Amino acid sequence: MDLLNNLLIGAQVAITFQNLLYAFLGVLLGTLIGVLPGIGPVPTIAMLLPITYALPPVSALIMLAGIYYGAQYGGSTTAILVNLPGESSSVVTCIDGYQMARKGQAGKALAVAALGSFIAGTFATMLIAAFAPPLAEVALKFGPAEYFSLMVLGLIAAVVLASGSLVKAIGMIVLGLLLGIVGTDVNSGLQRYSLGIAELSDGIGFVTVAMGLFGFAEIIVNLEQKEKREVFTKNVSGLWLKWADFKEAFPAIVRGTGIGSVLGILPGGGALLSAFASYTVEKKLAKDPSKFGKGAIQGVAGPESANNAGAQTSFIPLLTLGIPPNAVMALMVGAMTIHSIQPGPQVMTSNPKLFWGLIVSMWIGNLMLVVLNLPLIGIWVKLLQVPYRLLYPAILLFCCIGVYSIQNSVFDVFLTAIFGVLGWIFVKLECEPAPLLLGFILGPMMEENLRRAMLLSRGDPTVFVTRPISAVMLAMAVGLLLIIVAPSVRKKREEAFQEA
Amino acid sequence: MTFIKHPKDFWAGVLYTAFGVTAIVIALSYPAGTAGRMGPGYFPRALGGLLIAIGLFLSLRSLRLQGTPLAFPTFKPLLVVIASVVVFGVAAPMLGLVVATVLLVVVSSTASDEFRWKEAVISSVLLAAFTVLAFSKGLQLQLPVWPWFVR
Repeated sequence: MDLLNNLLIGAQVAITFQNLLYAFLGVLLGTLIGVLPGIGPVPTIAMLLPITYALPPVSALIMLAGIYYGAQYGGSTTAILVNLPGESSSVVTCIDGYQMARKGQAGKALAVAALGSFIAGTFATMLIAAFAPPLAEVALKFGPAEYFSLMVLGLIAAVVLASGSLVKAIGMIVLGLLLGIVGTDVNSGLQRYSLGIAELSDGIGFVTVAMGLFGFAEIIVNLEQKEKREVFTKNVSGLWLKWADFKEAFPAIVRGTGIGSVLGILPGGGALLSAFASYTVEKKLAKDPSKFGKGAIQGVAGPESANNAGAQTSFIPLLTLGIPPNAVMALMVGAMTIHSIQPGPQVMTSNPKLFWGLIVSMWIGNLMLVVLNLPLIGIWVKLLQVPYRLLYPAILLFCCIGVYSIQNSVFDVFLTAIFGVLGWIFVKLECEPAPLLLGFILGPMMEENLRRAMLLSRGDPTVFVTRPISAVMLAMAVGLLLIIVAPSVRKKREEAFQEA
Repeated sequence: MTFIKHPKDFWAGVLYTAFGVTAIVIALSYPAGTAGRMGPGYFPRALGGLLIAIGLFLSLRSLRLQGTPLAFPTFKPLLVVIASVVVFGVAAPMLGLVVATVLLVVVSSTASDEFRWKEAVISSVLLAAFTVLAFSKGLQLQLPVWPWFVR
């Protein structure tokens, strides 16, 4: 069988001492930052990218992927024990997880979160292995017109499914696309928007943008709020599930996995939306909905499975189409380009070892997470007690060193500071930075495909609607926009995000 | 300004419009080409126009849509954090990694309400030791460790 054969190739790559080590480092670091509130996977991956330059591409990607799903995992620990989302996607886990901890069931909540995540991760990994090849096959037939329309659809879907103001988010995409233009134009060799600054002739580094908008701005905003934490450390015992608990939680895990797997594939869906959707479903299906918000085990099992499944399957659009569905995947595109791998459908055929190695390592990483999290919970709890005032200067320092080391240039450090200020302004104006990063990454690709498509059609813009696949994708983008503008759906969407 | 009912949207619109106008003005010097043969100025102008349209829409809508006011509880974290990063950038090439690290950590620590001198200095020294070992020795970071006058 093809699939088995491919997984075997992957296993040969993933199960080497070096790659196991990097997978382990990745999930360990991911859990660490997941546990720590106030630093997310985007700045961490940005921070660590320079370190991965020296690694072989497979090891680098395995480690970075590990950080991402490790963070989903670690975030739940903080949510349950401190009532703070260690990661944005574990906002929902706070609701019932923290209540369970208050009732002395912290161990049970942590165990069900870990188990749910593992089941979800395993299933989602198999889904990627099964669905990526046929999808990539379709994508290989795409011409520039299809690619352009696909990116339009991806970007629109990313903002429609995310929370917050739609118009503002589209504005952020366009702003990101513009920032992506900075640098030398590949066709004419002309320097665009580089303002005569030599350092800008290669464009703005995406690490710079990500670190400023996500890392620095997050720290500043965190510092504006007063610190308030209540950690449940004493009664973290009984890290195991009784059979009755398992029976109660299992259906929620299955449903959460399903919801997360589907939503994760959609651009912008990913982990956060999956968790919200799963919580809503569990509450609707529960025999006794009044238990929700007071420590219902399904309220932890469902969303935790969903966010992990969503985190995994969001690799599908990246690996098959080369289109990043969220900010973390946008960074993965950057990481792949650094190692001169053009993300897209051709990766699977031209670089099967990398592709399948990454997939197999995801499953191994998930296994490591279970082993890592439950016994090491004591260490994570200790970490939670490190005050933020000691943490953030260290984060700032590693950000600065990371940005500097990319091009050995102080200019990038200053540029990151500017993006930090910009990010702070965006937070104040409630403009989501994630769409900007997506636009920034896709900008050059989008322009290139637009140019090529128009060149091939001799300047006839109808090419985007006369080619069937392209037309369908544009129609879907328009449809999504129309749906969201419809008053009833709009209300539902707002409710869904406020439910928590 | 009471006629602005949604200040966050209003100012976001102003920001977008400003970016859009700047983008177009600069792009005017790039050849636009034709739709069939796009020059380097085509895409930027289109995006700039789109951004202006979105910005104007947001600002105009904010006169009607109700929203929460902008909140600036304190500017201290913004100023201190950004200043500490700039200090690091200036200090690192001249004064070396150790001094720059200590400066960054101590300066940025003052942004917290719970700032304590002793704690900040101790943590800065520990972090400086760590960065030298991990980044300079371990990862061959291209930054001098010590200031120019003792090198």
